[in-house]
Amino acid sequence: MSFVKLSASALAIAAVSATAATARDQVQVAGSSTVLPYASIVAEAFGENFDFPTPVVESGGSSAGLKRFCEGVGENTIDVANASRKIKDKEIAVCAENGVTDIIEVRIGYDGIVFASDIGGNGFEFTPADWFLALSDKILVDGQLVDNPNSTWADVNAAFPAQPIQAFIPGTKHGTREVFEEKVILAGCEETGAFEAFKAANGDDKKAAEKACIALRTDGVSVDIDGDYTETLARIESNKDGIGVFGLAFYENNTDKLQVATMSGVVPSTESIATGEYPVSRPLYFYVKKAHIGVIPGLKEYAEFFIADEIAGPDGPLAEYGLVSDPELVETQEAVADEKVMGGNS
Amino acid sequence: MTDLTPDAAPGRRHGGSLLTLDARTRRRNRAEARFRAYGIGAILIGLLMLVVLVVTIVSRGTGAYTQTFVTLDVELLENKLDKKGTRDIEAIKKVSTFGYTPLINAAFETAAQKAGIETALKPKDQAAILSKSAAAQLRDYVLADPSRIGQTVSFRFLANSRVDGYLKGRVTRESIANDKSISAEQLDFVDQLIAAGMIRKTFNLDFILGSDASDQRPEAAGMGVSMVGSLFMMLVVLVLALPIGVAASIYLEEFAPKNWLTDVIEVNISNLAAVPSIVFGILGLAVFINYMHLPMSAPLVGGLVLTLMTLPTIIISTRASLKSVPPSIRDAALGVGASKMQAVFHHVLPLAAPGILTGTIIGLAQALGETAPLLLIGMVGFIASNPPDGIAAGLLSPNSAMPAQIYEWAKRADPAFYERAWGGIIILLVFLVTMNTLAVILRRRFERRW
Repeated sequence: MSFVKLSASALAIAAVSATAATARDQVQVAGSSTVLPYASIVAEAFGENFDFPTPVVESGGSSAGLKRFCEGVGENTIDVANASRKIKDKEIAVCAENGVTDIIEVRIGYDGIVFASDIGGNGFEFTPADWFLALSDKILVDGQLVDNPNSTWADVNAAFPAQPIQAFIPGTKHGTREVFEEKVILAGCEETGAFEAFKAANGDDKKAAEKACIALRTDGVSVDIDGDYTETLARIESNKDGIGVFGLAFYENNTDKLQVATMSGVVPSTESIATGEYPVSRPLYFYVKKAHIGVIPGLKEYAEFFIADEIAGPDGPLAEYGLVSDPELVETQEAVADEKVMGGNS
Repeated sequence: MTDLTPDAAPGRRHGGSLLTLDARTRRRNRAEARFRAYGIGAILIGLLMLVVLVVTIVSRGTGAYTQTFVTLDVELLENKLDKKGTRDIEAIKKVSTFGYTPLINAAFETAAQKAGIETALKPKDQAAILSKSAAAQLRDYVLADPSRIGQTVSFRFLANSRVDGYLKGRVTRESIANDKSISAEQLDFVDQLIAAGMIRKTFNLDFILGSDASDQRPEAAGMGVSMVGSLFMMLVVLVLALPIGVAASIYLEEFAPKNWLTDVIEVNISNLAAVPSIVFGILGLAVFINYMHLPMSAPLVGGLVLTLMTLPTIIISTRASLKSVPPSIRDAALGVGASKMQAVFHHVLPLAAPGILTGTIIGLAQALGETAPLLLIGMVGFIASNPPDGIAAGLLSPNSAMPAQIYEWAKRADPAFYERAWGGIIILLVFLVTMNTLAVILRRRFERRW
C-alpha cells in the first residue's frame, strides 16, 4: 500500500508547510489592469524605500479584484483591490456578507481614455455624438429610431473620410467600458436627441432609455477586446482602419504607432484632463481592508506611500507615467492617515 | 508470373506486354508519387514554420540580451544623504530614492562639463536619459556601506528604455515626434555621450539573473527571479509527482487485481491526462488556498497544482515502460525464489527506469511551460521582484514563473517590454529543448529492447 502511504505523507508535508506559512508578511494587491502599472511602480518604490517586502500586485480587472477583495477577512484574502471605477453598492453588500465591513476608499488620481488610430491613417476629431452614431444599435434618422445604417465614418459625419467604421472597445469586464458608455455613448445619445426618443419609446423610463442608448451594434463593426491594450494595439496594426480605445498612459508609450483623436476639439493630455477640458476621464481607486491594517505588516505604509506627494503628486513618477494627479490629494492623504472607512463612521 | 487477378477480365492483357505499363498501373504509380509529394510538402511546411518561428523569436528576442549603460561619476554629497554627519544607518535610510535624484542631476552637469559637451538641456532633462532604477542603485550602494558618503564613485547605470531603443535602432528621431518621455535634444545629448565614450551597449547579464521591474523601468526587468520560481515549482513537482506516480503505476501494473475498480481508475487516469490545465488551477485555488490556507502566489501551491497536472502523464508513461519489461524477467526472478516485491524492485523497476525518467522529464517540461493554472493561484502579475532567501522562502514567498513572466511582459505598454518577452521566450525554449534532449539521450543510452 505504498501509494496510500506516499500520498498520506505528501498531504502531511503540505499540511505542515501550511501551518508554517500562516504569517504573510507582504501586501497582496489585485484588481484593475489600468491601475496595475501605477500600483507596480508604487510597489517597486515601496520595496526599495521601506524595510517591508515588495507588495505583490496582480491584475485581472476591477470586478475580479473587488470580488476577491470581498471574499472575506484573513491572510488568504487580498488586502487591497485596485479599481478603475467606484465600488458598487452591490459589491459593498457582498463584502459585508462576508465580514468585510470596514473598507477604506482611496482615490489616487484620474486617468484619461483616448481614441487612437494607426499613425499612418486618417486623423479624426470626434465628438461623443460621432461615436454614438457610429456604434449604437439604433439611431435617430428623420425622427425615427432605426437600426444603425452607418458603415463608414463619412456616413456618420460628412467631415470625416470614407473609412469603414471599425472600433475596438474594451470588453464588459473592464472598468474602462463603463466610462466609455457613460461619457461617450450616453453623452452622444443625449446630444443627438436619441435619448428623448428612447425615453418616449420606453414609456418615459429613464433607466430603460439609458440602457437602450448604450446598447451597441452587434454586426461586427464594434469589437469587444477582453484582453489588454496590447491586444487592441495588435488589432489596429493588422487592421489599419481600426480605431481603438486606450488609456492615456498606454498611448503615450506608443506614440510611434498610434495617433490620437481629439474629443470635442480637445487633445487629450494630463493637463487637459486635469483641467477637465477633455471630457473622457475617470477616477482611479484602490480599496483597503481596514481589518488587515496592523495584521499585514506594511499595509498602511503602502497605502500612505501610494498617495504621498512624491509619488502621486503632479511631479511624481505616477504623473510621469500618465496619471492625472488628484487636486484633492491632501484630503485623501488625511483620510488614509485617519483610516477613515466608507460610510462615514471611522 | 501468371495473372493473379482472375476476376479482372482475364483477356485484358491480350496483346499487351508485361514490360509496358497499362493505364491503371500508371495511374496507381502517379497516385503514389503524388502521395509522396504531399508527404514531402507537409514536412517542408512544418520545417518552414519551425524556421519562421525560430527566426522570429531569435531576431526579436536577442535585443533583450544587450543593454545600454551609462558610466557616470557620482559624488555622494554628505549634505544630501546624511545632514547630521552621524553616519547613522537609520537616519540615512530616511532619505528615499527621491532624495538621490539631485546627486545624479549634479553628476550629469559635471560630467557634461568635463567631457566638453555643450547642451541646452537642463541637468534634470539630461538625467532623464537614465533608468529610474539609478536612484535605487545609488541608495542600495550607500546603505550597504554608509562610510562611502562624501566620496566620488564611478557607477554604471542603466540607460532608459527609449535611449536603449535608440541604440538598438527601435527608436528613431521620427518615431519620438509625439513622445513625451524623450526629446530630439536628449537624443543629441546621447550622441554626444556616445562620442565621449560614456554610453555603451554591452551584454546584459541582469536580464537572465535579475528580477521583474515596474512598468516605468523595462530596462531593469529580468527573468532571474521568475526562473527561480519555476525551479522551485519543478522541485515540488519532482519530489511529489515522481514517487506518487511511480508507486501508483507499480501497484496498478504489478499488484492490483484486475477488476472493475482498477478499470475505473485506469480510465480516469487516462481522462485526467486530457483535462485542460485551467481546471487544475481552479482546483488548486479551492483546495490549496481556500481550504488548506496555503499562501497565495507561492511556488509551493504552483508546484502542487502542476503535480496534479503532471501525475497522469508520469503514471501513463511509467505503466507503459513497466509493461514493456518482458514477463520472462519476472518469471525468472520468481522462479529462483524472489518475493513479488523483490522481483519488481530488483529486476523490473531498474529495467523500466529509463522509460520512467523520460516520461517524468517530458511531464516536467510540460509543467514548466504552463501558465493557465498559475493565473488562478495568483502567480501572474507584478510579483517576481525579490529573489527569495533560502529554500523555505523560495517555496512560500510570492513568486512568478517563466511563462507567467513572459505573458506579463507581453501585455505591458512600453514596447521595450515586448522585446523582453521575446527574450524570455528564448530562455524558456532553451530550458525546454535541454530537458527534451536529456530525455532523448537517457532513452537512447539506457533503453533495452527485447
